[in-house]
Amino acid sequence: MKKMTINGIVTQVEDYWSILEACRFYGIDIPSLCYHDGLSPGGICRLCVVEIGKGERAKLVTSCNYPVEDGLVVRTHSERVIRARKMLVELLLARCPSSKTLQDLAAKMGVQRVRFKVKNENCILCGLCVRMCAEQMGARAIGFAGRGINRRVTPPFDIKSEVCRKCGACMYVCPVCQLRCQGPEPPNVVCGACMNVEPVCLQDNEDVMCYLDTCGWCFKVKPVSLKKKSVYGKEKMEGG
Amino acid sequence: MSGRRIKSAPDLEKLRQEVISKRDPKKTRVAICAGTGCLALGAQKVITTFKEELKKQGLEDTVEIRETGCPGFCEKGTIIVIYPEGFYYLQVQPGDVPEIVEETLIEKKLVERLLYTDSVTNEKAIYETEIPFYKTQMRLLIGDNINIDPKKIEDYIALGGYSALAKVLSEMSPEEVIEEVKRANLRGRGGGGFPAGRKWGTTRNAPGEPKYVIVNCDEGDPGAFMDRALMEGNPHSVIEGLIIGAYAIGACEGYIYVREEYPLAVENTSIAIEQARDYGLLGRDIMGSGFDFDVKIFRGAGAFVSGESSALMSSLEGKVGAPKPKYIHTSVKGLWNKPTNLNNVETWANVPLIINKGADWFTSIGTERSTGTKIFSLVGKVNNTGLVEVPMGITLREIIYNIGGGIPGNKKFKAVQTGGPSGGCIPEGFIDTPVDFDELTKLGSMMGSGGMIVMDEETCMVDVARYFTDFLVDESCGKCVPCREGLERMSEILTDICEGEGKEGDIELLEELAVVMMDASMCALGRTAPNPVLTTIQYFRDEYDAHIEEKKCPAHVCKALIEYYIEAEKCTGCLACLKPCPEGAISGEKEEVHTINPEKCSKCGICYDTCKFDAVIIR
Ligand SMILES: Cc1cc2nc3c(=O)[nH]c(=O)nc-3n(C[C@H](O)[C@H](O)[C@H](O)COP(=O)(O)O)c2cc1C
Ligand code: SF4
Ligand code: SF4
Repeated sequence: MKKMTINGIVTQVEDYWSILEACRFYGIDIPSLCYHDGLSPGGICRLCVVEIGKGERAKLVTSCNYPVEDGLVVRTHSERVIRARKMLVELLLARCPSSKTLQDLAAKMGVQRVRFKVKNENCILCGLCVRMCAEQMGARAIGFAGRGINRRVTPPFDIKSEVCRKCGACMYVCPVCQLRCQGPEPPNVVCGACMNVEPVCLQDNEDVMCYLDTCGWCFKVKPVSLKKKSVYGKEKMEGG
Repeated sequence: MSGRRIKSAPDLEKLRQEVISKRDPKKTRVAICAGTGCLALGAQKVITTFKEELKKQGLEDTVEIRETGCPGFCEKGTIIVIYPEGFYYLQVQPGDVPEIVEETLIEKKLVERLLYTDSVTNEKAIYETEIPFYKTQMRLLIGDNINIDPKKIEDYIALGGYSALAKVLSEMSPEEVIEEVKRANLRGRGGGGFPAGRKWGTTRNAPGEPKYVIVNCDEGDPGAFMDRALMEGNPHSVIEGLIIGAYAIGACEGYIYVREEYPLAVENTSIAIEQARDYGLLGRDIMGSGFDFDVKIFRGAGAFVSGESSALMSSLEGKVGAPKPKYIHTSVKGLWNKPTNLNNVETWANVPLIINKGADWFTSIGTERSTGTKIFSLVGKVNNTGLVEVPMGITLREIIYNIGGGIPGNKKFKAVQTGGPSGGCIPEGFIDTPVDFDELTKLGSMMGSGGMIVMDEETCMVDVARYFTDFLVDESCGKCVPCREGLERMSEILTDICEGEGKEGDIELLEELAVVMMDASMCALGRTAPNPVLTTIQYFRDEYDAHIEEKKCPAHVCKALIEYYIEAEKCTGCLACLKPCPEGAISGEKEEVHTINPEKCSKCGICYDTCKFDAVIIR
């Protein structure tokens, strides 16, 4: 076991853990996109950054692949960390606004605007599919090609792969394949309206129209008046 | 094949004496630079003409032609030096050769027009030491280039080569070698300035066998070529340093990672390795010491990011040359997960000097925290361009004005960009800053590998920031989000600003983006990439403001923000500009004032260059 400090709390952690594993064990929520329990850490999306060290030497590291150390001092939600994460989400959202996962993250983290030109790509290059295919399915049917802004995921030589078993594992882990809700309004760059503001859907509809997790975060429960039994049944009751 | 193995230190000394005794110091020798720079200017033709001419005159046996490495003053190539006198001829063309043979080699007279002429005083310089470009330099590393034929190990040995290795193998323990390099405070010349001795110690003490040592000759910075000059011109100095390092670290295998675009470096280094092996300076039982070490050349595919340590090792392993997401240093787990010590070409080349002359001598050069010399490639808007080796701590002014000869065309100096594409731009106000690792970092720039680009008043700093950002957009490996997406967005915003589409808040957004890229990127490429943007904002913010608020480019560079205009008072109506204008944008009759139709004008600037009366202005 190793001893390290997370957000001021001294913790005992397993020797082989990463900072991310330690934090999650202690119930601290650290966002991530390219991390998956069953796969090697990617260190690519950089969303899981945390601040380690003190003073001049403090720096951000990705918690998914930074091994725990004795005496390590970790801050998971410092100002520097939040600033970085918010910018990263904004950058990704500008690239790929159609992703439900990204929109949810943006909503959760309070990213309410995108200041860059929107690209409408359909891949954020997190590499989960590549690692899934190689590490869990043992197929290596897809990989990365190209450098920099030309980087993309593709089968070798861009031709249909012979080793692909069409198992669909790649699609299963993809954080972008799952489309965002279509909502009552035409999609804009930052959705998450239901999480950021009072739900518009409820003004015109009886149900929450975006099919986010059923957290109900967005639904501000109005006080139930004794006279009018149900908020929703308002008109009927009064009418009847 | 010499077939002779050097078996001990005295044996090496014996060989050296033999080599020297076979040479007549009074014999006429013509050293001709056969480095890539001079070859591009036709050095090969000069060399063949010399050989033909000597044959014609029957001087083949009395005059030696030595094809050497680059002495650094590349702008004035082809460079030749005639010994024993040391006459320094510049810009030699094949046509000059017969005259040189007649006049200088036979008659011992100077060919005046090939000497260096000072552009201000018109004074001629005969010897290297009289040429202002060389005067202030301290050429410990590249100084020997002109004396050595890199394809002949004997030339290196004659100058005392491999004596440092002999000393190390016969007198010093590995720990003592590391201690000496630590005491010399040799810092890495490849960018980071990390103390080499400490890194060596880490690799030596890291668990795991075998251990590797690597020379980084990827040199991907645009405009930088000091590593090429060393690797091409004096490969043995790098190899000797590497063997000493391997001995200190306990490595038995080494690699020289050279970019594919440096064929001459590959060729000369391959020959050097062969020759060193023949003499028993590489391979088993080096100099009879029992120490085994050998080295291979690896040709990299020439991506800028492959120069980064983990990317370089990936590339060596046969994988894509992209940085690895790991927090374990390559000195502990590097090539094939074994302890690996990577140093830059110039770092390695310093090692034999430190061993031969001692750490005390080395620390007497340079500043307290940056010892020794550094080679810079001085380019851009400066009179003398080329490779410049100076003691650290010399000021930017000395480099740019004394060595570089100032700014051409009496223009004003504006800024100097140091440290390669992810370095920063230093403005005139800081021109007296001493050049060393820490001072440059303080200004928001860095030493990098030693690129130095001088800019004059006609440079637009927003455009410069965009240029470097675009270079990095192309060179980013694209793995991690902040660097890939961040750089692309930076370029987008800068392009908008240059094209007159800049808006309020752009500068702040650039800064916000920059901070996150520096904080969250995976490798040093992304972490340093915002430097050009941040330094230009810091030192030239008014230029950004002019672009964004007034839609003006003060340096008249950004095409979208300038207008060509003919001043009525100056225009004589000579019709000269009418015809060359490719767009037919200029109208006017003879002896009447001409006008430019801004709708049609493509801003090519031909009229501006054509007009003899300076009537065309940019506004
Ligand atoms: C994007 C990038 C490119 C680099 N390119 C080079 C290079 O071309 N040559 C070099 O010696 N070091 C380069 N480096 C620095 C190396 O990573 C490494 O720090 C250096 O080779 C270590 O040697 P040194 O300590 O002797 O400087 C580069 C670093 C980065 C991040
Ligand atoms: S910082 Fe840039 S070059 Fe380095 S790993 Fe990330 S994307 Fe690649
Ligand atoms: S700048 Fe070029 S296109 Fe414009 S008026 Fe002059 S010559 Fe014609």
